[in-house]
Amino acid sequence: MTAGRSFRLASGGLVARDAPLRFSFDGADYEGLAGDTLASALLANGVRLAGRSFKYHRPRGIVAAGSEEPNALVELGAVGRREPDTRATTAELFDGLSARSQNRWPSLRFDAMAVNSLFAPLLGAGFYYKTFMWPASFWERLYEPLIRRAAGLGRIAEARDPDRYETVHDHCDVLVVGAGPAGIAAALAAARAGAKTILVEEDFVAGGRLVADRREIDGVGGAEFARAAQAELAGLPNARVLVRTALFGAYDHGEYGAVERVTDHLADPPPFAVRQRLRRIFAKRCIVAAGAIERPLPFGDNDRPGVMLAGAVRAYLNRYAVTPGTRAVVFADNDDAARTLADLALAGVEVAAHVDPRPGAAARLTAASGVATRAIEGVVTRALGRLAVTGAASVDAAGAAWRVDCDLIAVSGGWTPSAHLTTHLGGKPAWREDIGAFAPGALPPGMAVAGAAAGDFGLADALTGGWAAGARAAQDLGFAPPPPREPKVDPDAPARASTLRVHPGARGKVFVDLQNDVTTGDVALARREGFRRPEHLKRYTTLGMATDQGKTSGPLGLAELAALEGREVSDLAPTTWRPPFTPVAIGALAGAHVGPDLQPTRLPPAHAVAVEMGAVFVPAGPWLRAQYYPQGAESGWLEAADAEVRAVRAAAGVCDVSTLGKFEVAGADAAAFLDFAFANPVGALAPGRVRYGLLLRDDGMAMDDGTVARLAPHRFVVTSSSVGGPAAHLHFDFQRQARKPDLDVRIENVTSQWAQFSVAGPRARDAIARVLDPAFDVSDAAFPYLAAGEARLAGGEPARLFRLSYSGERAYEIATPAQWGAGLFRALVAACEELGGRAYGLEALNVMRIEKGHVAGSEIDGRTTPRDLGLDKFVAKKKDFVGRAMLSRPTLLDPARPSLVGLRSVEPDARIVAGAHLLAEGAPFDARHDLGHVTTFGHSPTLGRWIALALVKDGAARIGTRLRAVEPLRGHDALCEVVAPAQFDPEGSRLHG
Amino acid sequence: MRLTCPHCGERPHDEFAYRGDATLRRPDPAAPADPEAEHSFVYLRDNPVAGHREHWLHAFGCRTLLVVTRDPATHAIRSIELAAP
Repeated sequence: MTAGRSFRLASGGLVARDAPLRFSFDGADYEGLAGDTLASALLANGVRLAGRSFKYHRPRGIVAAGSEEPNALVELGAVGRREPDTRATTAELFDGLSARSQNRWPSLRFDAMAVNSLFAPLLGAGFYYKTFMWPASFWERLYEPLIRRAAGLGRIAEARDPDRYETVHDHCDVLVVGAGPAGIAAALAAARAGAKTILVEEDFVAGGRLVADRREIDGVGGAEFARAAQAELAGLPNARVLVRTALFGAYDHGEYGAVERVTDHLADPPPFAVRQRLRRIFAKRCIVAAGAIERPLPFGDNDRPGVMLAGAVRAYLNRYAVTPGTRAVVFADNDDAARTLADLALAGVEVAAHVDPRPGAAARLTAASGVATRAIEGVVTRALGRLAVTGAASVDAAGAAWRVDCDLIAVSGGWTPSAHLTTHLGGKPAWREDIGAFAPGALPPGMAVAGAAAGDFGLADALTGGWAAGARAAQDLGFAPPPPREPKVDPDAPARASTLRVHPGARGKVFVDLQNDVTTGDVALARREGFRRPEHLKRYTTLGMATDQGKTSGPLGLAELAALEGREVSDLAPTTWRPPFTPVAIGALAGAHVGPDLQPTRLPPAHAVAVEMGAVFVPAGPWLRAQYYPQGAESGWLEAADAEVRAVRAAAGVCDVSTLGKFEVAGADAAAFLDFAFANPVGALAPGRVRYGLLLRDDGMAMDDGTVARLAPHRFVVTSSSVGGPAAHLHFDFQRQARKPDLDVRIENVTSQWAQFSVAGPRARDAIARVLDPAFDVSDAAFPYLAAGEARLAGGEPARLFRLSYSGERAYEIATPAQWGAGLFRALVAACEELGGRAYGLEALNVMRIEKGHVAGSEIDGRTTPRDLGLDKFVAKKKDFVGRAMLSRPTLLDPARPSLVGLRSVEPDARIVAGAHLLAEGAPFDARHDLGHVTTFGHSPTLGRWIALALVKDGAARIGTRLRAVEPLRGHDALCEVVAPAQFDPEGSRLHG
Repeated sequence: MRLTCPHCGERPHDEFAYRGDATLRRPDPAAPADPEAEHSFVYLRDNPVAGHREHWLHAFGCRTLLVVTRDPATHAIRSIELAAP
């Protein structure tokens, strides 16, 4: 047991010793320091067991010190803020942080599910394709729930995310990714040249390896160099350094995606602050200085807590002043080991052995570093211990077995350039023999690579390469480049990546991918079964998937597959890296577009008046529309809508139709254009007249409908449906420019510029007369049905009047510029009420259109032709129009196609609901007997029945018969009578009444 | 993805509405009915790797319809011109 002791060094590190922070892990309280990550704080407290693995529930510890961490995934936050699979190595410590381990029951130290290890043969590569298959019916009821409970990492949040997110757009000349030595140099060069520069760093401290290793640049310590550079950049007006900002994707034409963790590290975020910020960065040049990722080495039970990447060991020692163990074995096959040995010794960690398979290397490096330890020319074959490493078994060159007690095994198989961002646009990494790894290949336009990401692992090369890349980018953009720089640094020994295979004497499981529990055995099995290419291997074994996307496991998997295939790693193509580089919360991608703000809400000009009147609103596309206006004791939509329909049919009602799409169409060829755009002959309209207008798509299906009014020979006002307005606008603009470019016509969308109201009912003319300039003659002789014209309101405000009816009553639509909309609506409501009527909402409007058999969006659903909708009588026979040719396709003329009918409940109270399917009486309820569906429904106080419109096979032939309308989800089943679509006043006598 | 509108300059793709293949020619309505040609116009689309001419309408801008020539393999934009100059 190590808990209870402090593993913090007495001095050093980038931690604030005067700022202790309390935190908890699995309910136990600990103390860390400002500057810690959760991982470093856990190690400082001797907590080395961090989680359980994905399939086998094996105990796991902390492997890395950055975003490549495959193992130490914890759950942070609670309820709606619960965040699973957070890498402890990137979670910045704050006071009060509470973390829980994952995938264990009942506790991390004793996990009952670890019995999964016994069933390992059943859980091997592709197990879900092979085992748990029979009998088939067991899968859904037994196997899947069991596997889901036993495997998988983390639990999703239980409630809606209460935090806010935002999206910002950044523009710059030069974007530098990664604030390690190369990135800092590149940003300094570009910014000093005058280029607008952004340097992004996923960590909360700039420096990369400069803060993880003990380095010296021109006589200054690495951490101090990074701090000074960051300060200089922050002081330049043309440069910005964004820390806690992970660049996760490269996109077309110089766009990059980054996510900034704004308040995740704060104990008490300021109110109204966003949690995370999505940055869309538009950059003319991009320099990828994302560094390199250290490669583990394969040996038995290499997943035990205490097996750690050597670079991470040094990061914990140097940056966090934490010793991740007390007695270490260093196992590496490159000269970087000298640095690891020296740092461990300096921190007072006993080095029990240094194991290196290269002839003479262990003795040479041990001597050079001056560390007193046992040099073994050989390999580690197995990590000993279960909940923590207790020792290392190794075999030397002479074949002698060694057993060394230790609690830390620092491993290094060299470094692999982090080339991910260079491949997001389809580029392929290229093999570099000199470093034994894949490095960036052909780059997308505007991108350069520098430092370790380019395969330049030495510090001097990173600094000069970064500086040159920054200078070149600035010069490309017309800035005078700064002179080259040649800094003096302490020497280093760049390492070629390992070619080490698993030793034949290895015992236990050898893990290739810790996060997905993929072993060398799984790779071999997958290959035996024919999955011999890296992409196939990945799909079959899940190697390289999940949060770390194979950052540490990818090179091991490739090497293993290559060895089994008898090929060189260079002959294999690594799997494709796609965005995101690190996990991105869906909330950050959604930004502000959640809930009611998914899209902007549009309000008609008289909205406030409807609010005053107590209207109940309903969303209609982007619009918020009044559904009904309850009065007195009316208890809900049904009573209110019934009363509103009765008021319209008996006296007069007013409805806000400002949401209709409205377009001004003008020009010498306006009539010709509208004749082309609409299926019915609208160009022949006389000035001062309005008529119905039907739009079709190229394939002959109905697209939308509305009205066309001719105010003057070359001036029209066109309306579309409310929801279809933007699509109609696009359609008009497209057809004009793509198909009729030679016509003299202008189209302007004036939807928001005009308020418009429908006034309907036998007293509608009286109501409209009360708001109009008394000089305007609204007599039937002067303004008959389908008249249209410009008028003035009583106060002199401009207005347009159309005699149109949707309800079947005598009706007018009156429009006025938006600023007078609220006043006009108020006046119309007062006029109607004085005449015994009232305002009516969308519900009453819908009931009356069903009574009249008028179609709307629920029938114009993209699958219906004019013929299906009973509108073929409007379709022009002679002229050309959009969609004309396709209308005559034989299948569209089939009389059995579903066509529009009306429905009426046989029992007054039997509700017909939208979406119900229609069946013959006595027919079984199945798809084969389905005759059609109900598109819209309402309660008709006029007819004393529930009524509906429906699309039914052989519709016309079924009029007079009875059908069942069945909706099993909510249990509706109504017997109804099939009637003609116009159920009320089919002759239209009330239009003139 | 960024498109340079001849009127408005370089803009993100979010401002544009994609309207498909710009090489399609609507069959002549005055010519005798040709169902094959109509079917081809409405439904058949090529996906040439050599370069695609396509319509983009600058919906949240000047409302101009553009003909964009784009390499579908690399997304490189070869040219942008007005559909109805």
